[in-house]
Amino acid sequence: MKHYKAVVVGGGCAGLSAAITLKKQGMQDVVLLEKEPDLGGILNQCIHNGFGLLTFHEQLSGPSYAQKYIEQAKACNVEIKTQTTVISISQNKTIAYENPQEGYVVIDADVIILTVGCYERNRGAVQIDGTRCSGIFTAGQAQRYVNIDGYMPGNRVFILGSGDIGLIMARRMYLEGAEVLGVAEIMPYSNGLPRNIKQCLEDFHIPLYLSHTVTKVYGKHRLEAIDVCRVDENRQPIYEDVMRIPCDTLLLSIGLIPENHLAEEIGIHMDARTRGAIVDENFMTSIPGIFAAGNGLHVHDLADYAAKQGQKAAEGAIRYMQETIQSPMIHTIAGNGISYVLPQVIHTNCHSKVIDLYCRVKEPIENGNIIIRNGEKEIRRIYKDHLVPSEMEILSIASANIGENDICVEVEYA
Amino acid sequence: MYDIIIIGAGIVGTMLARDLSKYQLSVAILDKENDVANETSMANSAIVHTGYDPEDNTLKAKLNVEGARMYEQLCKDLSCEYEKVGAFVAACGKQEEQHLDVLAERAKQRNIPYKIYTGEEARQLEPHLADGVTKVIDFYTTAIIYPWHVALAACEVAVNNGVELYLQHEVTSITKCKDSFIIHTTKGDFETRMVLNAAGVWADKIDAMVSHLHSFTMHPKKGEYFVFDKDADFMKHIVFPVPSEKGKGVLVVPTVYGNTLIGPNAEESEYDTGTSNAGLTFVKQSIAKTVKDVPWSKVIRTFAGLRPSSTSKDFIIAEAKDALGFVNIASIESPGLASSPAISQYVIQHFVTKKFVMIEKKDAIMTHQKPIVLSALTPEERNAKILENPKYGNIICRCETISEGEIVDCIHSTIGARSVKGVKKRVRPGMGRCQGGFCEPMVVSILARELNISPLEVVLDDEESKILFKENRS
Repeated sequence: MKHYKAVVVGGGCAGLSAAITLKKQGMQDVVLLEKEPDLGGILNQCIHNGFGLLTFHEQLSGPSYAQKYIEQAKACNVEIKTQTTVISISQNKTIAYENPQEGYVVIDADVIILTVGCYERNRGAVQIDGTRCSGIFTAGQAQRYVNIDGYMPGNRVFILGSGDIGLIMARRMYLEGAEVLGVAEIMPYSNGLPRNIKQCLEDFHIPLYLSHTVTKVYGKHRLEAIDVCRVDENRQPIYEDVMRIPCDTLLLSIGLIPENHLAEEIGIHMDARTRGAIVDENFMTSIPGIFAAGNGLHVHDLADYAAKQGQKAAEGAIRYMQETIQSPMIHTIAGNGISYVLPQVIHTNCHSKVIDLYCRVKEPIENGNIIIRNGEKEIRRIYKDHLVPSEMEILSIASANIGENDICVEVEYA
Repeated sequence: MYDIIIIGAGIVGTMLARDLSKYQLSVAILDKENDVANETSMANSAIVHTGYDPEDNTLKAKLNVEGARMYEQLCKDLSCEYEKVGAFVAACGKQEEQHLDVLAERAKQRNIPYKIYTGEEARQLEPHLADGVTKVIDFYTTAIIYPWHVALAACEVAVNNGVELYLQHEVTSITKCKDSFIIHTTKGDFETRMVLNAAGVWADKIDAMVSHLHSFTMHPKKGEYFVFDKDADFMKHIVFPVPSEKGKGVLVVPTVYGNTLIGPNAEESEYDTGTSNAGLTFVKQSIAKTVKDVPWSKVIRTFAGLRPSSTSKDFIIAEAKDALGFVNIASIESPGLASSPAISQYVIQHFVTKKFVMIEKKDAIMTHQKPIVLSALTPEERNAKILENPKYGNIICRCETISEGEIVDCIHSTIGARSVKGVKKRVRPGMGRCQGGFCEPMVVSILARELNISPLEVVLDDEESKILFKENRS
């Protein structure tokens, strides 16, 4: 069995960044496994601009952004296996993968970094009534058809969900000549980035129906029409308040879920809120030596943050190989108004001076304070004039502030 | 001129096709769909019932018991999945317990093995059984199958033995001649000495093309289901409530590939296979009687199927009185799947042998070879396959770990997949939690390549269910 120091699973920006970091810090025997023929992950189908502002201080398309990391990875000689699907991993850190060249291969590693990305919530998750006709796609699937395969999956398009992919696909379909009839959002506010609402909907006069959802589809063969219903304050459809909209295509942009079957199969502890692994401040999961980062850990708003997290997980992995981290752990708690906090656990004698807490608010808040408490003691208070669930908040705290008590993050109106 | 034409390539039609392919008869099978087993045989509970449920002195009782006993060997011969998981019939309270006694008595008379548990004992075996369950009969020889694999394999055997399969041939009318019938379809006419009407929910329409008696009318009953992700894995057994006038009730059933189904309701429906909020809500509420702590967040899909119910309570297997040589095999609702091998034998014995001299072919092969399923191989076997054909090393569906090689194989098998759904039925890409989000575009391009058509011509299911409209501007 071939032994590696580190195996990175997934060659999107988080995985590439993790592998680059490992190599730059002098680690030998690092291999990155990517299931697609090309590196870059989902960035390859994101041909719109807007990537890299934080890291490269310029606006790049998804493929150009990915290319920056791919070049770095090649420059520092990361061993890369593409078209290589990981079949399973084990608690002992063996990895079984498969590709057309080598067949079915089992390797083992000192550390594994899972940067596996996410998949899209689909029709099964939201129970849209009606037939199983063609013409219903997830937004990312449609994006692949248009941007990679070069085909239009529809002419008259409606979109459910105002997440970023949905908004970007509204514009993309419009620019390719489709009639984009509208976007329905079940919440009273959009979950997309404000800049995408402006640039993808408003600039093209595409209506956004807040507090609306698609309840039913019609069509024997191909989609013919949909029912769009207003929802009440509990997000339940008001079936009397319905619009029947003729269309041939429905795109679903209803959220992303970290893709974790590899981790779940070996009993890595999962967070029901993020749907990713529970990790410590080094991004190590409940199985020592297995790390997670990027969209496979929790859904990010910006690729820059996902890439950055890959780097941090790699630094955590290096630390793990150098020293044994054995100290009590405290938990982080998502308090009032916060949907999750990551990392979920922190070692009391943690290595770094500063710890970043990643969190999202549950609902939009104007003029709010994010308060971080160590037990009763307030250790940080950050004023924000605008907080929305679609934007991830990254809050740094000094590790000197970590005591024996759990850390709680909450929001309150200023 | 054919000897026999079977209308309908569902589980009944394909069983007949396979059994008839053993003899020196010219046989064709017609179906309006783009694939075999595309209606009722595709959307059902996938259970081989043992036969305790049908009432005495019915065809249902007789053929269910006989069919169920044939299934294990049948699935071996066809290399299909068959798993005896056992079925709990769960009674809540004294009144329902009395009904269990009726079932037990029937089972005894029909030689169907069972065990009886108290509610407590049953909950030890199946912790998700609801607290209200007081007594359980375990019909432990009840099995689960993959119905369309069985129908497909049976039909491939038939075709390999010379039966002609005509898909996308919708029967529009039938002309009764002196000693034959001319079946008119959307794609041409077929003359035959005998017609076996196995048209499922459409059987009365076909019957009315020939017979003036209108001896039955179909009233399809829709059943809606939830499909749970593999990792939900919360039931080992099938669990039924005590059956009622309305049928076997809402049940939970594990599937041969590790998913779980909950359903169905029973709603009279005009040929509509759409799911409904009312139906699924009813399913959700009903299952609570027998099963607790259902992991609803693990639902990955819902679907609906149509039961070919009719004005008759029993199976209808009879020659039309005003059209000799035209045999209706209709109203094959539950336990039709379990009964189908015996139905086929019954039809041959009572009708086909009366009309034809049955001479066995010398070279008929009644078994079906299992396609390569990569995940079922040892690492060594897997490597050998990939070395032989690198496409087996290219994983297309990550949820179910399906390779390009397996997809290509199913497109080129005897009855090859012609649609995305056809591929999904055969080798399962898109069955997992992402529901084809990642793999569907790749399946489309593999279908296009292998069938030598444009991706624009690839369909989801039937001929008109196009996926892509045109090439990009850019």
